[in-house]
Amino acid sequence: MRVWLFTTCLTDMFYPQTAAAMVRVLRRLGVEVDYPPKQTCCGQPAYNNGFFDEARKVARYTVEVLESADAVVIPSSSCCGMIRKHYEDLFEDEPAMVRRARALADKTFEFVEFLHKRLWDRLSNWPLRYDGTVTYHYSCHLRLLDMTDQGEQLLRRIEGLEYRPLAKLDQCCGFGGAFAFRFPQVSAALVADKVECIAATGAQTVVATDAGCVMNIGGQCKRSRLDVRVRHIADLLDEAMSNGSTAEGVGA
Amino acid sequence: MKPGRFGERASAAVQDQVLLRALDRATRRQHEGRKELLAELPDALAMRTLASELRERALSRLDVLLGQLADNIERAGGSVHWAADAEQACQIVVDIAGRAGAKLIVKSKSMLSEEIELNDALAAAGLETVETDLGEYIVQLAGQKPSHIVGPAVHLTTGQIARLLQEKLGIDYTEDPTALTRAARAVLREKFRAADMGISGVNVAVAESGALCIVTNEGNGRFVTSRPPVYVAVMGMEKVVESMADLAVLLKLLARSATGQRSTVYTNLTTGPRGGGETDGPREFHLVIVDAGRSEILGGPFWQVLKCIRCGACLNACPVYRKVGGHAYESVYPGPIGKLLTPLLDSLRGRAELPHASSLCGACGEACPVRIDIPHLLIRMRRVLEDQRYSGYLAKMAVRMWAWMNTSQARYAASSWMGRHFLDAAATDGWCHDLPLLAANWTRYRDFPAMAEAPFHKLWNQLQSDEGSQSCPE
Repeated sequence: MRVWLFTTCLTDMFYPQTAAAMVRVLRRLGVEVDYPPKQTCCGQPAYNNGFFDEARKVARYTVEVLESADAVVIPSSSCCGMIRKHYEDLFEDEPAMVRRARALADKTFEFVEFLHKRLWDRLSNWPLRYDGTVTYHYSCHLRLLDMTDQGEQLLRRIEGLEYRPLAKLDQCCGFGGAFAFRFPQVSAALVADKVECIAATGAQTVVATDAGCVMNIGGQCKRSRLDVRVRHIADLLDEAMSNGSTAEGVGA
Repeated sequence: MKPGRFGERASAAVQDQVLLRALDRATRRQHEGRKELLAELPDALAMRTLASELRERALSRLDVLLGQLADNIERAGGSVHWAADAEQACQIVVDIAGRAGAKLIVKSKSMLSEEIELNDALAAAGLETVETDLGEYIVQLAGQKPSHIVGPAVHLTTGQIARLLQEKLGIDYTEDPTALTRAARAVLREKFRAADMGISGVNVAVAESGALCIVTNEGNGRFVTSRPPVYVAVMGMEKVVESMADLAVLLKLLARSATGQRSTVYTNLTTGPRGGGETDGPREFHLVIVDAGRSEILGGPFWQVLKCIRCGACLNACPVYRKVGGHAYESVYPGPIGKLLTPLLDSLRGRAELPHASSLCGACGEACPVRIDIPHLLIRMRRVLEDQRYSGYLAKMAVRMWAWMNTSQARYAASSWMGRHFLDAAATDGWCHDLPLLAANWTRYRDFPAMAEAPFHKLWNQLQSDEGSQSCPE
């Protein structure tokens, strides 16, 4: 199995360790991972704000960069949703591009989704261990991918991990890209609410599936001096795999 | 970005702890109730798809269905009136009241009547109008506007309602909901007895039978439609469906989506006035079908908003609504569906802030029983606005620049390099606490991370040489 990694701009710039963790996880499961170096951004910032011409330019570029992959895996539900659901919309007047966008959409996966759909059996053979209390934030754009509780299912597979369910699980953290800058008070109220719920779980770590949520929730934890680690789920899984293989003496 | 009126009202609202508690409690209760009861259906998604399709079908032949509805109502002895706009609609109702010599009007909840400001028109004509839905009655006593499509008084706490009823009805202060309801009931009961005319909205109109369906939990709708000698229903022209079978589908979803109930306590179907030999029902039966901008919406790219059955599920699901409440929107239709409806019914440019007031989290689309893709339509509306240069020339230039940066690896790498150095200069301990300009909107409330020392596109080569390929143990 061969996949190409689309890291997305936020992960590339702010959380490269997440992309690296994803590579390690996939490789341990026997997947050949490659990284097309020309990649940039999926185009979502322009699309979401109504700048379709500019979004289309970046989307066209991204289709060209990614379309010869066997499969594309993305550590972001949001950017994955952009490619899967919105590219078609952008190219509505160009049937040839719609076909290419659909072909790309059909082989593009969010990271947890890919584990679920393609690697669930292999993953279940891998010992996973993480000692600590963890809660999970449902990143909103998982909705674009019809994903529900796959992230929680993944966490529940990890031995030693004490899962602490989050209140208001399906309420947005208030990131929303430009939304956070256009309506700062509303965005701030939402992330404060989210972090209060996280604090109430008493968990040491919160994981999400989107760099945007990690950035927003992380920034709020930092400002409110809440001692909680905010991580992408790939980082935690990478650690759990590494712990598991050390304990069981498998792997390299 | 200068905050517009919504931004200003919203930022005030998020400071109001009393409001926040009331909203959080009420919206989440309804939201969780909705999810629970939808899960009871054998296949909720299939049911919602059916509802979506039947609404689309009805809208695609609206002219035919409205004609059929009107014929059936007239055949049953009712009168049908057509209003092109709010003013006409109000005039029609005022005229009916005038001809009937009505003085006191009892009203069952109707969002359309709020939209066309019917109560004001009736008051201007010297008529007393009493809202009889408890929430609406409370809001009317308080001199406010409803803040939620289904729960008009959702922004008020029990304590606030208790003080209001103490003052307005002269009862002893009590926070017991039953006692408060009884007090309102005692007043309203007399109004029902004395009323000369009843006005209600319409939840669904059925073309094939001419039946007007209204759903309530308090039975006030039944009084309004049956007790006064004259009954007037006001209806947005989009509210019609083809058949009773279609109505059944919508009813299965409406109460579940609105209030987390299997069905409402009262489901009222009325067709025409009191017939020969019947012992109750109004002498006169009027239906006012109101356009007020709907034809124009139907012919445009946002026609899907007309599928809405006004259940309010998107409001309850919406994180923004939960934080700011309905009044911040300054519209009869707040929340996600209101962010589309208000600009469409009012003015796209004038209310352009509303489609932007969403994090696009998608909770609204997921909640909608007729599957209106609200987040997607919000994006489409932002597009229409940008095609008219809503954000201005500078923003357009910036986005063009951004697109140019992101269509070449070298340019992308250069821009991320610049970004990293900018943030590094502003950061202490890996976080920026006080960024300038627009970014201050972020750091006023929370910290912003500095970028990693090396981006992944630099790390990749290193990773290639470091990592052996561990394989899955089998």
